[in-house]
Amino acid sequence: MKRLGPYLILLLLLAACFSLATVLEPRASGWSQRAQADNILKVLFGDGRRLFANHFFVQADVSFHSGYYPSIFDQARAATKDTRHLTAKEGEPAAEEHEKQMNFLGPPRDWIERFGRHFFITEHTHLQGNNEREILPWLKLSSELDPQMIETYTVAAYWLCDLGKVKEAEEFLRQGLLNNPDSYEILFALGRLYYQDKHDPARARNVWQLGLRKWSEQEAAGKKPDLLVLDQIAVNLSRLEEKEGNLARAIALLELSKKASPSPEALQQQIDELKQKLAARPPAAAPQAR
Amino acid sequence: MNTVLALAGVVIKELYRRKDFYVLFVLTAVITLVMGSVSFFNDAKIVRYVKEIALLLIWISALVIAIGTTARQIPAERENRTIFPLLAKPVTRGQVILGKFAGCWLACGLALIVFYLFFGVVSGSREHYWPLLNFCQALWLQWVMLGIVVALVLLGSVVFAAPSSNGTISFIVILGILLLGRHLNQVALQQPEPLRSVVYALYFLIPHLEWYDVRDLIVYDRGLVRWVDCGLATLYAALYVALLLFGAWLVFRRKPLNL
Repeated sequence: MKRLGPYLILLLLLAACFSLATVLEPRASGWSQRAQADNILKVLFGDGRRLFANHFFVQADVSFHSGYYPSIFDQARAATKDTRHLTAKEGEPAAEEHEKQMNFLGPPRDWIERFGRHFFITEHTHLQGNNEREILPWLKLSSELDPQMIETYTVAAYWLCDLGKVKEAEEFLRQGLLNNPDSYEILFALGRLYYQDKHDPARARNVWQLGLRKWSEQEAAGKKPDLLVLDQIAVNLSRLEEKEGNLARAIALLELSKKASPSPEALQQQIDELKQKLAARPPAAAPQAR
Repeated sequence: MNTVLALAGVVIKELYRRKDFYVLFVLTAVITLVMGSVSFFNDAKIVRYVKEIALLLIWISALVIAIGTTARQIPAERENRTIFPLLAKPVTRGQVILGKFAGCWLACGLALIVFYLFFGVVSGSREHYWPLLNFCQALWLQWVMLGIVVALVLLGSVVFAAPSSNGTISFIVILGILLLGRHLNQVALQQPEPLRSVVYALYFLIPHLEWYDVRDLIVYDRGLVRWVDCGLATLYAALYVALLLFGAWLVFRRKPLNL
C-alpha cells in the first residue's frame, strides 16, 4: 500500500477539523449557559468583576476631583459614598455640603507630611470646562463590569447631556434600563433627558409616570426606595401637569412630593397657589384629574 | 572611578541583552495603545485615562526592572564564581557594590527614558500639548526613587540567600511604602502606646518613596513641583542611598563568597 505523504495527512486532518467544526459549532453554543451577548469582561472575571466595578466608579470620582481624594485612612472617606456631588454644579446645596466634607487634609502633623504635600494635589476642585468628559471612560468600564450599578448610568448620562452628547446619553440610559428594568432612577434620568434636552414633554411624562409606578411598587414590596428621587420625579411631573392645565393632578403630585421633600414648606406654598388657581377657574373649564 | 564605571557598563550591557526590558516595554505599549484605541461615547478628546494607565504601567515596569536586575547581580556573580576573578583584578568589595549600584541605576534611567519617550508621544499625540518640563521632572523624581530601590535591593542581595526571596521581600516592602508610607502617621495616632511610638518611629525611619510619585500632577495637568523641593527630595534620596549602600558594604565585606 502506498504511504500517505505528510502534507496529505495534514490536509486530511484540516478537512476533518473543519467538517467537525461546522457540525459541532451550532450545538456547542447550546452547551454553555453563557449568552452570546456576554462581553469579554464577563467571560474573564465572571461574577468577580463586580468587585472591580466599584473601584472604577471610585476612580471616576477621583478623576472628577483631579486626584484630590480621601484614602481609606481619612475620615472623609465615608462622605464620598454619597454620589450626589458627582452631578451637582457649583453653588448647589449638594456641592456646598460636599465642599465641607472634602476638607479632610487638615494641618500637617509633622515635617514629613508637610514636605510630602508638595508632591501631590492638595486642593479640592471639580472638573470644569468640558473636562468632565474625563470621568466617562471609568463610568463606562464600571457599567461593563457591573451592569446593575445604577449610579454609573445616571452620572454618565448627566455629564453626556451636559457635553451635548444627548444621543449617547439616551443610548447609555437605555442600556442601563435594559439591565435594570425596575430602576426608577434611570427612568427619572431618561425623563429629564427627554424634557430638558429633547424638548419632548409627552415622552418625558410617560417615562416619569413609569418611574413613579416603579417607585411605588418597590415601596409596596418593602424595599425602601430613595425618597429624594420620588421628590424629583413628583415635582417634575407636577410641573408638566401644571403646564398642561391639569391642576388637580399637579396638586396631588406635589402632595406626594411633600412627603419626601427636605423642604416641605416651599412645596406647601406651591400647593396653596395651585389650589387658588384651581378655585378661580370656572367649573366647566377644569379638566378631569387622571 | 574607572573601575566602578567599568562594572556599571557590564550591568547596562546585561540589561539590553536580557529580554525583561523588551517584554515589559512591549506589554506597556500594547496595553496603552489598545486602551487608547477604545472609543468611549464617540469622544476623541478623552485622554486622561490613557495617561493614567500608561503611567501606572511605567511605574510597575520600572519597579520590576529595578528589582529584577539588582536582585540577581551579586548572587549571579557568586553562583558563576566570576566574583573571584573580579575581586582579583584588583577590585575592592566596596567598588563592586558601587559599580553594581551605578550599573543598575543607570540601566533603570535608560529604561525610563524609553518609557517616557513613548508616554510623551502617546500623550502628546492625543492631547496636542507637550509639557516637556513636567515629564522631565516626573522622570527625574522616579529615577531618584529607583536609586533608593536599587540600593535597598542590593542590600537585600547580600543579606538574603536567594535572588527570588530578595526580590519578593523587596517588592512587598517597596509596595508597602508606596501605598502606606504617607498614612503611617495617621495609623500610628490610632494605636495605643507603646505601639503608637513604634509605628511613628517606623514612619520616620522608612524612605518616603511616595513623595517621588507625581503621576497625578502629570495626569491632571497640574504645574511643576518647585525645583527647591525637587532638590531637597533628591538630597533625601541621596542620603538613603548612601546609608543603604554603606550597609550593603558592611555586610558584604565580611561575607564568605563560597556558596
